[in-house]
Amino acid sequence: MITAILVMAGIAIVLGLTLGYAAIRFKVEGDPLVEKIDAILPQTQCGQCGFPGCKPYAEAIANGEADINQCPPGGEEGVRKLADLLGREFKPLSEEHGVEKPKSVAVIDEQVCIGCTLCIQACPVDAIVGAAKQMHTVVEPLCTGCELCVAPCPVDCIAMVPLAETVHTWKWKYPVVEMRRVA
Amino acid sequence: MIHSPYVRKAVSVQRTMGLVLLALIPGIVAHALLIGPGVLVNLAISTITAVGAEALMLHLRKRPVAIAVGDLSAVVTAWLVTLCFPPIVPWWLTVCGALVAIVAVKHLYGGLGQNPFNPAMIAYCSMIVAFPALMSQWPPAGQLSFDTQLALILGGARDIDGITGATALDALRTGLRSGTQTVDAVLQGSAFGALGGRGWEWISVGYVAGGLFLLAKRIITWHMPLAFIGVLAGISTLFWLLDPGRFASPLFHLASGGAMLAAFFIVTDPVSGATTPRGKLLFAGGIALIAWLIRNFGAYPEGIAFGVLLMNMCVPLLDMKTQPPVFGHHKDAKGGGK
Amino acid sequence: MLRELFRFHGGVKPATNKSASTTSPIAKAPIPARLVVPLHQSLGSPAIALVEPGQRVLKGERIGAAGGRLSAAIHAPTSGVVRAVEPALVPHASGLREPAVIIESDGEDRWAEPEHINYRITPPDEVRDFVRDAGVVGLGGAVFPTHQKMRPGSGGKTRTLVLNGAECEPFITCDDMLMRERADGIVSGAAILRHMLQAEEVLIGIEDNKPEAIAAMRQAVAAAGEHMEVVAVPTRYPAGGAKQLIRVLTGIEVPHGERSTDYGVQCFNVGTAYSVHEALELGRPLVSRIVTVAGNVERPGNYEVLIGTPMDELVRLCGPRADTRFLVMGGPMMGVRMPAFDVPVVKATNCVLAADDKLFPPAPPEQPCIRCTECAKACPVELQPFELYWFSRSKNFGKAQEYHLFDCIECGCCAYVCPSHIPLVDYYRFSKGEIWAREREKAAADQARERFEFRNFRQEREKAEKAAKLAAKAAETRAKLAEAGTAEAPAAAEAPAAEDPKKALIAAALARAKAQKAEIQPQNTDNLSPQTQAEIADIETRRKALEAAAVPASTAPAPQAADAADLPDEPRP
Ligand code: SF4
Ligand code: SF4
Ligand code: SF4
Ligand code: SF4
Ligand code: SF4
Repeated sequence: MITAILVMAGIAIVLGLTLGYAAIRFKVEGDPLVEKIDAILPQTQCGQCGFPGCKPYAEAIANGEADINQCPPGGEEGVRKLADLLGREFKPLSEEHGVEKPKSVAVIDEQVCIGCTLCIQACPVDAIVGAAKQMHTVVEPLCTGCELCVAPCPVDCIAMVPLAETVHTWKWKYPVVEMRRVA
Repeated sequence: MIHSPYVRKAVSVQRTMGLVLLALIPGIVAHALLIGPGVLVNLAISTITAVGAEALMLHLRKRPVAIAVGDLSAVVTAWLVTLCFPPIVPWWLTVCGALVAIVAVKHLYGGLGQNPFNPAMIAYCSMIVAFPALMSQWPPAGQLSFDTQLALILGGARDIDGITGATALDALRTGLRSGTQTVDAVLQGSAFGALGGRGWEWISVGYVAGGLFLLAKRIITWHMPLAFIGVLAGISTLFWLLDPGRFASPLFHLASGGAMLAAFFIVTDPVSGATTPRGKLLFAGGIALIAWLIRNFGAYPEGIAFGVLLMNMCVPLLDMKTQPPVFGHHKDAKGGGK
Repeated sequence: MLRELFRFHGGVKPATNKSASTTSPIAKAPIPARLVVPLHQSLGSPAIALVEPGQRVLKGERIGAAGGRLSAAIHAPTSGVVRAVEPALVPHASGLREPAVIIESDGEDRWAEPEHINYRITPPDEVRDFVRDAGVVGLGGAVFPTHQKMRPGSGGKTRTLVLNGAECEPFITCDDMLMRERADGIVSGAAILRHMLQAEEVLIGIEDNKPEAIAAMRQAVAAAGEHMEVVAVPTRYPAGGAKQLIRVLTGIEVPHGERSTDYGVQCFNVGTAYSVHEALELGRPLVSRIVTVAGNVERPGNYEVLIGTPMDELVRLCGPRADTRFLVMGGPMMGVRMPAFDVPVVKATNCVLAADDKLFPPAPPEQPCIRCTECAKACPVELQPFELYWFSRSKNFGKAQEYHLFDCIECGCCAYVCPSHIPLVDYYRFSKGEIWAREREKAAADQARERFEFRNFRQEREKAEKAAKLAAKAAETRAKLAEAGTAEAPAAAEAPAAEDPKKALIAAALARAKAQKAEIQPQNTDNLSPQTQAEIADIETRRKALEAAAVPASTAPAPQAADAADLPDEPRP
């Protein structure tokens, strides 16, 4: 009886020590939570989430001030990843913040542009080049498609154009599982 | 829409399973001739049960029934279940075994290719735990008429001691446990033939023939049978040399029980086994080691089934730890062969 | 002398189906009325169009210049008029359009004046540029720009030059026929490549199911008095994979992502060697190639085809049967299903197969994997294809990469032997595409994050500077006031100035520096408020400063300059 108790106690102590040691030895030195959340956000910097950019939204999520379903550019997949990271339930995108759209880029109609530089000031990633009184152009690879430049333009010469698939960006589709069809 | 490759070798799951069934036939024929045709009855019962259960489960899981039943995998499972049961078990035991294998082990884990455990071995283990007496009645060679066997299978009264003798492994273990006999003395008993259990040894030869056929057809690789037989022979030789009075010879171990059936048909089950070459060696070797330990020191006369299940649990780990190096990453590859 | 050969793991032996297309010699395909020459015909960047619609071009005239280091030029395949430079359907599985030069032939097939150089006395860099401008790319199917491979390894030497005449894919016989009929040209090209690579030995590997080609090549080597060895290698798919052939001939295994030159070996297709010969000895750029036409046709054969010829016109020469469902470019193991019948022949087109249900039956239903490891036994790269399949199927891409997904050469051996008929390679292509797309997305996101943070930083600084400027102005006014020497109010003026004299000094200096910068930057600044002007100038100068700082990151003081230094690599194409 006593031996059994002693053995059990011994095992408990050894296991406890091992676990404690492992906890110290293998401690994960992760990035702070904000960085991790920010890494998931699409960096479109559009502000649709209600915060001035992805980083502020990441901070708000980390502080529990915002929900995880407020970023339309990140889409359902983004919400899923956030849910995974934070160990929360998945929820569909909240509609008040907008809907998921195919990725687009801004294109300036250079004939119409009056060179007022308002769009430059609006662009969160400095993707528009041009000097005052000169025609402006969007540097396509830099544009995140946030649409923030569209509204400020006094002559409405900025249009959002969905990115077409090219041979370069085309992807193989998921193979169709034909099991069911045969049944 | 098909994409490359547009051509395929003329192989299929059905062909693979069909060849396995073919390879089992020599052993089954020997079994029917030497022990009695009772095994054929049980084979029929288990086949019908397994195929029926397979079809039902596929239907319930809303999968196409025709191709999946046609792949013969349920038949292979059924045959293996029966062949590791004693041939005169009552019909309901066979049915239970087949149901456990197909429903619980195979389909509840997701169907063909998904089961982490060997269905036949789970069936064997669960039945021997539930019905130890029935699962230990192995008829001696050529002593029971077909009528008697049929009666027993159909649930006739069982005068247990009168009709069945102990198997070779059983006799050996009881003899040695009693402490009065040595291996040699036990082996003089009526249950023993030239190599192992009388009659059973020739069935083993039949399984070996089938196994060699599978090897020749490249359905199985040499790794598992070799490792299994090698380790079993190696360790039993070692202890036999140390103390021939207490430990049986390697030949006895190899020819007794289900060793050969296991080496070529059970251990080599692809779905629940290891997949890398080194993993296969470790997997089969591990089974042999556990089987020998249980045979000599455990509570059951035959330990292969438990060995298989224990090693099944290790498969993910074995596979992960034994990933072979890929092209260009061999240690000696850089300088090439020059 | 028998060379010791090595073996690669796995491989399969599908029915070769080669004999039908080798019965007649290579024929010249007629000049089509309209040719579509895609600009992107080599690995790397597309060529840049040099012609305008309406322009007359001669055969061999350059119509597209190499668009970067990894790119090759393209040429007019025949004489005629450029009708358009516009997106056209290209032979790619996506069925998408890419820019192409569309030429209406005039039927005269008049050559432009050939350019010549003597590669023996020209500096190697110029020879390479010449080869690039002759549009020579690997003709085995990978279309890697050849000039990039024409340089010796470390120490200015290469141990072994391997010519790849293995041609392991079923049906394809274009290299076989080329070696039978134009062996001396290949040997001449090999001599050029040997010179460029400073190679010590030349091995020509040919699968032993092509005895005629082996004999022809041996004869040509002897006739040219060259020291090259023609080696018969065992017939086993994919012995013609460059890395597999290098392994068989030299025993060297070149890992994924590394160049064989670093291991002292370089490998060229025999067709490529022939093009090198044509470019450097005859001054002819790559405007045509040998194409095998086989499959569901009455008279399979080999044709010398102008680049840009529509495939259906080519197939028509061989009597296609009515039940042809689609065309395949390449062989049955790795070939690409064409989105239409009239896509053009390009430099990568070694074979056009007409496919029907008999030859290439529809995929049998996919059954569950039984972990039989047949695929692992067949994989020449020694992967565990079924593990890759499980991970790809469950979209566990990280794990798939861990199990070396990107080492997979998509040879198709695994799917060929799988008893469960799983389209394994489709899963790998899917996974690879997804991973690339994610990498692209991630790179774009990282870039956006950096630029956004930099913009915020810049706005902060601007705000601070504006404040400083105001302060400086105030200080100046005060100083003026002080100079005026109104004795009545010194205390009132000095009190705020003394609060922060240093700040005012710094601000003044900053303002001066900024004014200077604005001066050297010529701007389109008429009629602008000075504030906007300065802002624009600031954007430019700071961006420049940041870029400058980003290069030698160690000396950069600004925090985001360090960020900018580890910009992500460009995603893979
Ligand atoms: S909604 Fe826009 S700003 Fe907000 S996290 Fe998403 S991409 Fe970033
Ligand atoms: S150009 Fe317009 S749409 Fe594109 S990132 Fe800038 S503000 Fe957003
Ligand atoms: S806001 Fe509109 S008009 Fe003004 S510079 Fe931009 S594009 Fe031109
Ligand atoms: S060959 Fe097919 S069934 Fe066999 S292990 Fe590979 S993927 Fe699975
Ligand atoms: S396709 Fe990839 S995984 Fe399959 S055999 Fe070829 S290299 Fe191996």
